[in-house]
Amino acid sequence: MLAKRIVPCLDMTKGRVVKGIQFINFRDAGDPVKLAKKYSDEGADELVFLDITATVENRDILLDVVRKTAKVVTIPFSVGGGIRTVEDMRMILRAGADKVSVNTGAFKNPKLISNCAKEFGNQCVVLSLDAKKVGTNRWNVFINGGGTDTGMSAIDWAKKAVKLGVGEILLTSIDTDGTKQGFNIELTKKVSKEVSVPIIASGGAGKLEDFVDIFKKGKADAALAASLFHFGQLTIEDLKDYLSNKGISIRS
Amino acid sequence: MIVIIDYGVGNLASVKNALDKLGVESKISSDTYVIKNAKALILPGVGAAGQGMKNLKKLGLDKVIVEEIKKGKPFLGICLGMQLLFENSEEGKIKCLGILQGEVKKFKKLRKVPQIGWNQVDINKDSKLFSNIDNKSYFYFVNSFYCLPKDKKTVAGLTDYGETFASIVIKKNITGVQFHPEKSGCVGFKLLENFVKGVRNVS
Repeated sequence: MLAKRIVPCLDMTKGRVVKGIQFINFRDAGDPVKLAKKYSDEGADELVFLDITATVENRDILLDVVRKTAKVVTIPFSVGGGIRTVEDMRMILRAGADKVSVNTGAFKNPKLISNCAKEFGNQCVVLSLDAKKVGTNRWNVFINGGGTDTGMSAIDWAKKAVKLGVGEILLTSIDTDGTKQGFNIELTKKVSKEVSVPIIASGGAGKLEDFVDIFKKGKADAALAASLFHFGQLTIEDLKDYLSNKGISIRS
Repeated sequence: MIVIIDYGVGNLASVKNALDKLGVESKISSDTYVIKNAKALILPGVGAAGQGMKNLKKLGLDKVIVEEIKKGKPFLGICLGMQLLFENSEEGKIKCLGILQGEVKKFKKLRKVPQIGWNQVDINKDSKLFSNIDNKSYFYFVNSFYCLPKDKKTVAGLTDYGETFASIVIKKNITGVQFHPEKSGCVGFKLLENFVKGVRNVS
């Protein structure tokens, strides 16, 4: 049986891991390569790197981190931030990443998804979708690091992106991100029901029970957390033991 | 020297990194001379079948791979590298290398497609490849397609994803794995190490 995945996320800027709350107020959380190795050794199922500044100057730093990480971890990892072209994606894959996530670049140019999927396979194109509630039962896609409301429904964009060829969706709820009040079950469940690809739920993990809820009620295939792991509130081992005892299929 | 065949798609670095960690000498190459002189070949994963075959042909590697395998050179196909060994693939409706009989089919969507994540392998064959690997160990999979070998005797591992499929095939010098051993933590490294030990015994 396919196991549910626990995915630590490393938000990066200028070669350091940082963590913000609701996409602002960032604090330093350490060296990305060291953290990645630690999580890989502790039993994480996968890692996500997001370059949150993603400027051209930062690209070389990012590629360097990817290369170094690839040498020390034994599990898959995805890398995202500022991906605009097939060549951007190729560089990151060649540096050793297993998947690449696209966000703003794909929203502005949806062909990026189909071109990348055709070139590298659907399975290594991840849609990173930042959604925010704008009304009852309505979430919109926000781009530019959560700063711009596109006016498009998150569910419509998820469906369209799957048609274009993304193999997975990293779904971040801007409303719950960094609050530690639990994942956004309502949103995750909706998107998970509407699309045929796996969903990595992100934003709001605060305690053990939140993970049970997002797998059981939210129908997520993977759950992502950052600060919880970075600042030592929870270890991956404890979390996995807990989930296993709750009857959730987990890789031991 | 083990050569990891470079055909312009996918994550080659991760296979190289895994072999480096095991202390095994390896090289990433698309040079036919280097490939012919290798002790063993690895055709790695990730990518679309159509693009993969197109690139192999463009580089003139399709024929070389078939020749080297027929000579008895140890060969490991990973993910797409396993699929390309068969006769044809539903992905892009293309002809593959045709070294193994059978075809590559798409999952019927009984579960989410692609399959992404850690799944168990039911080992049903005795092989040194599985030394010190527990049955039903978890390996990391990323696939929308799977191999349907004609010769059922070649199936060495089975995995359930709504439908049961061949996750490992072994036939003489050929090994194919649908999962990514290079991304499957300790157990994946063990499998790679066992493959390498087999190579040493041949040479």
